[in-house]
Amino acid sequence: MFESITGSLDTIFNKLRGKGRLTEENIKDGLREVRIALLEADTNYAVVKDFIQKVTDRAVGDDVIRSVTPGQQIVKIVHDEMESLMGPGDSTIPFVDGGITILMLVGLQGSGKTTTSGKLASLISSKGRRPLLVAADIQRPAAIEQLQVLGKQLNIPVFSEKGVNPVNVCKGAIKFAKANNHDVVILDTAGRLHIDQKLMLELKEINSKVKPTQIYFVCDSMTGQDAVNSAKEFNAQLCLNGVILTKLDGDTRGGAALSIKAVTGKPIKFVGMGEKLDKLEEFHPDRMASRILGMGDVVSLVEKAQKVIDEEDAAKLEKKIKQGSLTLDDFLNQLQQIKRMGPLKEIMGMIPGLGKRMKGMQIDEKQMQNVEAIIHSMTREERIHPDIIEGNRKNRIANGSGTNVLDVSQLLKQFKQMKKMFKQFAGNGGNFMPPEGMAPHDAMKMSRKLRSKRKKVKRKKR
Amino acid sequence: MGWFSKKKSHIQKRGNDESKSPSSFQRLRKSLEKTRAKISSKFKNIASFRKKIDAGVLEKLEEILLESDVGVVPTTRIIQEIRNAWKSKEIEETSDVYDFLKDKLKQGLKERDVSIRMSSVPPTVIMVTGINGAGKTTSIAKLANLFIKQGMKVMLAASDTFRAAAAEQLDIWSKRIGSDIVKHQTGADPAAVTFDALEACLKRKMDVLIVDTAGRLHTHDNLMNELSKIKRVISKKIENAPHEVLMVLDATTGQNAISQAKLFKRAVDITGIFLSKLDGTAKGGVILGMRDEIDIPVKFIGIGEGAEDIQEFDADKFVDALFD
Repeated sequence: MFESITGSLDTIFNKLRGKGRLTEENIKDGLREVRIALLEADTNYAVVKDFIQKVTDRAVGDDVIRSVTPGQQIVKIVHDEMESLMGPGDSTIPFVDGGITILMLVGLQGSGKTTTSGKLASLISSKGRRPLLVAADIQRPAAIEQLQVLGKQLNIPVFSEKGVNPVNVCKGAIKFAKANNHDVVILDTAGRLHIDQKLMLELKEINSKVKPTQIYFVCDSMTGQDAVNSAKEFNAQLCLNGVILTKLDGDTRGGAALSIKAVTGKPIKFVGMGEKLDKLEEFHPDRMASRILGMGDVVSLVEKAQKVIDEEDAAKLEKKIKQGSLTLDDFLNQLQQIKRMGPLKEIMGMIPGLGKRMKGMQIDEKQMQNVEAIIHSMTREERIHPDIIEGNRKNRIANGSGTNVLDVSQLLKQFKQMKKMFKQFAGNGGNFMPPEGMAPHDAMKMSRKLRSKRKKVKRKKR
Repeated sequence: MGWFSKKKSHIQKRGNDESKSPSSFQRLRKSLEKTRAKISSKFKNIASFRKKIDAGVLEKLEEILLESDVGVVPTTRIIQEIRNAWKSKEIEETSDVYDFLKDKLKQGLKERDVSIRMSSVPPTVIMVTGINGAGKTTSIAKLANLFIKQGMKVMLAASDTFRAAAAEQLDIWSKRIGSDIVKHQTGADPAAVTFDALEACLKRKMDVLIVDTAGRLHTHDNLMNELSKIKRVISKKIENAPHEVLMVLDATTGQNAISQAKLFKRAVDITGIFLSKLDGTAKGGVILGMRDEIDIPVKFIGIGEGAEDIQEFDADKFVDALFD
């Protein structure tokens, strides 16, 4: 995500940071390059113009030039302005108390409405509500079937009526929802070009007849300058309540994310981050700005980790580490937890500083699979006492896992080293050693956090 | 083979006829109406109160190009060319700038072979790729319809086994246009579907096989590898196949289109672009500047939702329809 704009902005800022003193001329040169980077990222022309003006006004002031770290100041200003460009964030859905909340999704063809409908339904049902999906797209062949298949996967009912116009489908759906105790109705409408008056009228009719609680515009984040035009047009016709950006897991350049709030004034509610149906995330302008600027996104990373890591398990593991009785099973467990957090590339992109170093790098998820296979091919005894694994056993494990003896030996060696390291770490009174390349104050913060978390867990156990 | 080469020449002739027929140009013009209205009205605005070219005119031109998704590097290059022409007094009047610009853009798109490479021995295999929601399935239907109208026997391979109901969507189209189709269950191995389609295609002596593939973001390496595998299956079964690998590109896509083209080229060596959904507003400007980065010809354009809404790409027509 955002590799290209992040890379070019980083080069620009590095140049600025390298200078001890900044002159107005330096700053303007730098910002001219920022302008190009933003335009290359498909940010709307007018938005860029405005953005650069604002940043320039703040940056050429005395504060920056006299500052000890002028380069850093400018990065901060750019970050702030980006955040305010995309913010304020608001990912809440105003559910109707005691009634039916109707959410209507609209957008151009191929922007991802049907998939997003499914993702949204899944998100809402995970919050304990009972959503109903409505196939109001009777234009595209097999659109209804697509929604039905999604509904089946998610175990969420889908309402559809063949041979009926979309307005009546929606009306029927509301009746159905009332009769069947659904409290949220999601309308998946047909994709259309915003200049197609006939289809626009149909949407307006649905809007006036069923009065949706919220209308969300689904926008492909790879759209170019046209993104804002279509958003503006839909907004003019339907008065949108928010935007859902899709396909953000590609190497989108972020232009749509940067422009759409500024032009329509409507907040970005959610972002689609992958093909799987649980990949709809809340939108946080500050985190997005950090990611665009290559500062990583530690907050999201921690949230992700909290989702998959069980605190009890973590406490048990800590005990084992302290006793030095860590087994390969524990190791496998850890690996699987990391895997559950999402693709490695995505996770590493959230670590500050790592994102830009990974540019163009291929991360081999296969290696993780190999490790899993090797451990799976071991007997229980071997997993608890890896020391007993010698020549014959190694051969068997390598054959069983489809790897070679070298891979097995390497894994065993790594595990041994890890155990040794942990032992030292535990003997050290639990002081956290910061990983290489981490800023000292960040490391301090993290260490403090880790310690307080450990205490919390302990307290809980008592 | 004799009968087939006749058909081949027929296709090319038909293509030429079409480019001269006013109706197809009118339709393209109409579909680009909104874009054009925006671009030319903006330009006429400047032209009306500035007779001679000056820096302000160039700046406005730059804005027009950037807002049409042409991209920063190509825009800067084109503006520089105009500036040089202006400095050397080649053009002076604001009204000349527009034609000069159009010429430059046309030059940038020309000298490319846009005809479909037909196999001398049928079947001709065409593989169609692209990201999610680019419009692959609809574009395939249009392409198939084009061949059917020329009297050829066309088969579709529903190798998009990932997206819910993708095969059903293709099935509905195949009934509408009257083509054969080979499909499996959702979740089946796409390479296996392709293999079966190739077998069936040879057995039933089809002229053209069009292979649909699941939409995928070009940054997902494992999915791109799957695509390469499908291509290998085709090449193994039929020599020199696939004869064309088309990437469907949504005309509203911005600069990301270049990255899409590059990565799809790396995975399956795409031979052409099918520019879809060319009937909204700011349309396909990215292809005007794409050649600076990667040289892949646009072969077809899709300009509507019906099976007939397809045209062979014509640089002159495209630029004229966009800027006239």
